[in-house]
Amino acid sequence: MSAEIKWIDKPHPVSGVTNGKLGIWLFLASEVMLFGGLFSALVLLRTGADSWPVGHELLNVKLATINTLILIISSVTMVMSWASLAMKNLSKYKMYMAITVILGFVFLGIKAVEYGHKFEHHHFPSTSIFYAIYFTLTGLHAIHVIGGIIVNTYFLFPGSKLWQTKPEMFTNRIECAGLYWHFVDLVWIFLFPTLYLL
Amino acid sequence: MSATSPEAVKKHVRTYITIFIALAILTVVTVWVSTLDLPGPAAIALAFIIASIKAGLVALFFMHLLGERKIIIAILALTVFFFVVLTLLPQTSHVVVPIIP
Repeated sequence: MSAEIKWIDKPHPVSGVTNGKLGIWLFLASEVMLFGGLFSALVLLRTGADSWPVGHELLNVKLATINTLILIISSVTMVMSWASLAMKNLSKYKMYMAITVILGFVFLGIKAVEYGHKFEHHHFPSTSIFYAIYFTLTGLHAIHVIGGIIVNTYFLFPGSKLWQTKPEMFTNRIECAGLYWHFVDLVWIFLFPTLYLL
Repeated sequence: MSATSPEAVKKHVRTYITIFIALAILTVVTVWVSTLDLPGPAAIALAFIIASIKAGLVALFFMHLLGERKIIIAILALTVFFFVVLTLLPQTSHVVVPIIP
């Protein structure tokens, strides 16, 4: 009896996409609802509060702007790593993927500095509703960045062996990993103005 | 997109660089707009318009939604609908309902 999983390297005849791609998009849809629930909570808390602090008076906009640019650059390097595989260039893929992983760590490092400043000033999630939602949203986002770094690091080192035997399947996997990484960037694009600027 | 030929992908690379420059400029614009001291609703609207444009660029070009299969677009359309419902529905809690004796 064959236990082979079908339609992972060729598009499914009904959906027109590989099962992996359909799966990652359904996962991302559930992620939208996860962040959506918290975003909805933020809107409800803010509109229901008598007063709400202005983000840029409490948070470090400079560091957050740098982090926004870092995530955008990492999105470019991620898509370039996929494009390198599509152009049959494994060494370039490794270079772009390595840069993506490094930029992920840089993002987390800057976030850690930002959190450190907050803790030094005794600003914790329990300090106020603003800090509670700030730490929840940015913390959940940081966990997603960590998840992306783990997946990308796997595909940079042991996972890349698949290129030797099934290059098309490996390219598809990088496309799926890329979709997740771009989603993490998308979430930050909305978190940045919502928490830091308004 | 995964079936795209290497020649076609080479053309896409130029697009990726252009989108990156646009995203970087829009990030700077977002920060600059926040320093203008616009009234609350205008500031919020403008910030979300810019964020939506940036998100659209990432989704259309980096996530290859431009030219993606209908099933993926359908999944996303449904997700966006429920996201909007999820965000707006709790707002009804602010509506004061008159109590009829």
